Amino acid sequence: MVTGLINANPIIYEKKQRQQRSTQSLQGDEYTVEPIDHLEVFDILFANFHFCFAFTFIGYRDIKDPEHPYSLEELKVITEEAVEVNDQNSYVRVTFTPTVEHCSMATIIGLCLRVKLLRSLPSRYKVDIRVAPGSHATEAAVNKQLNDKERVAAALENPNLVDMVDECLAPSYE
Amino acid sequence: METSLELKEVQKLEGHTDRVWSLDWNPATGHDGIPLVFASCSGDKTVRIWEQNLSTNLFSCKATLEETHTRTVRSCAWSPTGKLLATASFDATTAIWENVGGDFECVSTLEGHENEVKSVSWNAAGTLLATCSRDKSVWIWEVQPGNEFECVSVLQGHTQDVKMVRWHPTEDILFSCSYDNNIKVWADEGDSDDWQCVQTLGEPNNGHTSTVWALSFNPSGDKMVTCSDDLTLKVWGTESIGMQSGGGFAPWRHLCTLTGYHERTIFSVHWSRGGIFASGAADDAIRLFVDDNSESQVDGPLYKLLLKKDKAHDMDINYVQWSPGKPLLASASDDGTIKVWDLVS
Repeated sequence: MVTGLINANPIIYEKKQRQQRSTQSLQGDEYTVEPIDHLEVFDILFANFHFCFAFTFIGYRDIKDPEHPYSLEELKVITEEAVEVNDQNSYVRVTFTPTVEHCSMATIIGLCLRVKLLRSLPSRYKVDIRVAPGSHATEAAVNKQLNDKERVAAALENPNLVDMVDECLAPSYE
Repeated sequence: METSLELKEVQKLEGHTDRVWSLDWNPATGHDGIPLVFASCSGDKTVRIWEQNLSTNLFSCKATLEETHTRTVRSCAWSPTGKLLATASFDATTAIWENVGGDFECVSTLEGHENEVKSVSWNAAGTLLATCSRDKSVWIWEVQPGNEFECVSVLQGHTQDVKMVRWHPTEDILFSCSYDNNIKVWADEGDSDDWQCVQTLGEPNNGHTSTVWALSFNPSGDKMVTCSDDLTLKVWGTESIGMQSGGGFAPWRHLCTLTGYHERTIFSVHWSRGGIFASGAADDAIRLFVDDNSESQVDGPLYKLLLKKDKAHDMDINYVQWSPGKPLLASASDDGTIKVWDLVS
């Protein structure tokens, strides 16, 4: 049972300054679909995705105090390099690094990533989510669970789990 | 001489409002003027019954079985006589439906699994039902008079989520496959409901290296094909068909692995009466395989790709099954549709 913070002193990395993407002129075909690339997927995942480490998932008390409202990007849980996109093949692979090696929240983070992509990408997309090799004690087990479609579907029928995911994905009002 | 074959789309069936997980052709239909019927089940918590019109050959939805399961319906199976339909759900129950003059009534609900039920299967005689679940167990139920079902065995052995159960087509031997990468074979050792695991087909036996999603038997029941998250299909064989004659169970052994044909998880495989097996995968494609009748079969039977239907659906294919009669092929997908296909030259 976890009552305290799992990771009380996360290392915060400086947020990368990203150039504004220039809007293409629409003088030609207004129905041209821009191919999706890894930067766009990265934006989908992290622009408004603040992860609050003080949630107790296993504990008996619900602490919703956002003590570490830093984004996954700032915590280096994910970087732009860890998002692979092939728009032509409708394929995305996201590799993430849980902040702590034994982090029990790896599956929750993975599930949040999957849900966010499910809600944002066209349905033709195939998505693979995995923890960065060497970053987690039970890496193979976590990856297997995250990529078992049936298990994910069943988990997302659990209202408590869905509430938790929705809360993690909700935009923060700073 | 090779004739070129193609899988022609006969019809696309819409109706379900969420992914279609599975379907089952009613085995008592498709002959003697009886129109083909199949049931489908979905994440929308309903089961739909579809019937073919004998003049147009097109299917339409005859009934929607709803307000019974409270979660995804994952699998469905008609009894051998086609009189009963069993439906397995994430709500941890298995419902039994009876066709009463065109209306389907839920006549029994089987409870006991601790969480999501994944698969249900009737034995050849229609006297036994098997279910399996994420709770790692396989349950065997005996069909009693008056649509009563009695649990006669709870089989533990798998160490993870059990994805599918299937009875052998002629013998009362049960097969299960799991997230633990194994296939298990269960038989009644004594005469009094003493069901035991008589064989495990795992990695040491040339088995799969990831979740095994489905299994299917050939018409004579001496071969079985399995499909997996490890991107392979494996064919297994056994010595004799009458497995319980002459003192006991004949073990299954690996015959062939089909590798390099699939790039994403294979969710379903089904062997037709004509000896072709079809696979449905997460790359939206259907593939058909046949016996490779080439000269050199020194190391045992080999199989070759007959054809690949790319973009058969817009999303993952969860289930494929050949129909009775003709046969036609039906496929169920995450895109919420079911397609009926004809194999033509």
